[in-house]
Amino acid sequence: MDKNELLTKLAECVEFGKVNKAAPYPPTMKGQDGADELTKQALEIGIKPVDILNDALIFAMDKVGEKFTQKKIFVPQMLISAKAMNVAMEHLKPFFQSGEVKRKGKFIIGTVSGDLHDIGKNLVAMIVEGAGWEVIDLGVDVDAAKFIVAINENPDAVVGLSALLTTTMPNMQKIAAEIKSQFPDVKLVIGGAPVNDEFRDEIGADGYSPDPQSAVAYLNALVA
Amino acid sequence: MKTITQAIRSGNVMVSDGAWGTFLQQMGLQPGECTESWNLKHPDRVLKIAQSYIDAGSDMIETNSFGGNAFKLSMFGLEDKSFEINEAAARISRQVAGDNKHVLGSIGPTGKILMMGDVTYDQLYEAFKTQAMGLEAGGANALVVETMTDIEEATAAVKACRENTSSEVICTMTFDKSPDGSFFTMMGVSPADMVAAMLDAGATIIGANCGNGMENMIGVVKEIRAIDAEIPVLVHANAGAPVYKNGETVFLETPDEMAKFVKLLVNAGANIIGGCCGTTPDHIKKIAEIVKSLKK
Ligand code: B12
Ligand SMILES: [Zn+2]
Repeated sequence: MDKNELLTKLAECVEFGKVNKAAPYPPTMKGQDGADELTKQALEIGIKPVDILNDALIFAMDKVGEKFTQKKIFVPQMLISAKAMNVAMEHLKPFFQSGEVKRKGKFIIGTVSGDLHDIGKNLVAMIVEGAGWEVIDLGVDVDAAKFIVAINENPDAVVGLSALLTTTMPNMQKIAAEIKSQFPDVKLVIGGAPVNDEFRDEIGADGYSPDPQSAVAYLNALVA
Repeated sequence: MKTITQAIRSGNVMVSDGAWGTFLQQMGLQPGECTESWNLKHPDRVLKIAQSYIDAGSDMIETNSFGGNAFKLSMFGLEDKSFEINEAAARISRQVAGDNKHVLGSIGPTGKILMMGDVTYDQLYEAFKTQAMGLEAGGANALVVETMTDIEEATAAVKACRENTSSEVICTMTFDKSPDGSFFTMMGVSPADMVAAMLDAGATIIGANCGNGMENMIGVVKEIRAIDAEIPVLVHANAGAPVYKNGETVFLETPDEMAKFVKLLVNAGANIIGGCCGTTPDHIKKIAEIVKSLKK
């Protein structure tokens, strides 16, 4: 396979969620190499890690995000694509660490205190990572103190807050206020089904995104 | 007493109950507190909710056990208490229902995703089995597996009910409307997929719950009826989607607004109608009035 063919194949594996050769899913790609094998091969034949990232992984995750926004695919397909992407990312890790491949920036994300919903937050984390950002995922039920510790460790990060319950929206408000009072320059972006742009305005956050794709657009615009 | 299925076969439209969670919050349940622990801590308050729905005209009431599976209880260190908590939940509802109303033991999702390898199918089955047996022991005569979005988790729950109890087994899933007007759960399950899989697993009544209000339910019921004319269909609709206003959670559909869709819902093929999040005894009262007027 030449370079372009390989990257196209790898992008397909991520788009349709073919993790590795042994993976049974999707049935139409049974027995074929998956994201794991193809990323290894790509590095072996000398394709630059940055090209693997941009032309295969980011390219594919962008399509996945778009199909999800249009409700052409659902949560399971998103999760399995993200898994394929993560497996490929593992092979690229050394190049991130050495600084050979640069990411666009850091993104801290967590679900606010009292709230245990993490499916949407995880999808955002995965798509943002797939768009070339380093993601620091603090999990669920995250209080202001935990966000602050993470921001102290990563002062240049953008911070994302997720809330799925109207009853935890007041917690989101408190956390946003606390972060802004200590770090007025940190950019805050919020999301979750009951949250909207009006609420963003009310709590003094900087961005609101209804889906992962627009979250990526927001983040990318910050570093453009 | 006839079973629910028998009552429906003989031509009745039945009325179920409304929300429990939102009601419990009004009675002082704190965010982050285990809802189901109230069956042991405050049975009197839980009983009041059940009573208010019977008074409103429900033919059946649920139990305060939606999150009573070991996985969700483990967030509160109560995973070993699943049987006991569910038994208590059903006992409270039975006390109010007496001998001539039905008690539907509520079984909600675990929050774990099978395809991600969070848990195994067998672990889910075991958790649902304990819950189902506890509910039946406490006096439930039907079990309602509800708010499901994933076929495999719903299958595990329905089978656990079917294979370990003699209760009627109901399964309802939560559907969202796509831009093209068709319905899917967030995991991509259509009403038609649900019917096929849940009949196969052993459910005898199916339907939809939660979601974005009464009107959408008409579309869901039509999709079910397009492929199955026979199976009894239950609908537990939200009073619209929850919205946040001035620090409070509100559900905007009023009793009258919800009730005005009841006739269309019955015409579409629904057999049992009740409420989910945000509905109150007032909503159920209105729904019951309309259902009774249809009988004539
Ligand atoms: C799955 C689910 C659960 C699962 C959660 C599993 C998990 N690991 O996350 C379980 C069963 C555990 C659960 C529990 C509860 N739930 Co729940 N749950 C849902 C459900 C069905 C789907 C949520 C979901 O994952 N959607 C899919 C994802 C992909 O969408 P999303 O989360 O909105 O995320 C997208 C966007 O919002 C955005 N986004 C999200 N976060 C962020 C963050 C940033 C920074 C950005 C930019 C974007 C962004 O991008 C995402 C991708 O597009 C919803 C109903 C619904 N259809 O929304 C109810 C729902 C959210 N739950 C509800 C309730 C009431 C509860 C419980 C209180 C029920 C109970 N009595 O036990 C508990 C609360 C537990 C707790 N303390 O958090 C209510 C909330 C009502 C309200 N007042 O707000 C809902 C709306 C159901 C309803 N109609 O009433 N739930
Ligand atoms: Zn509901």
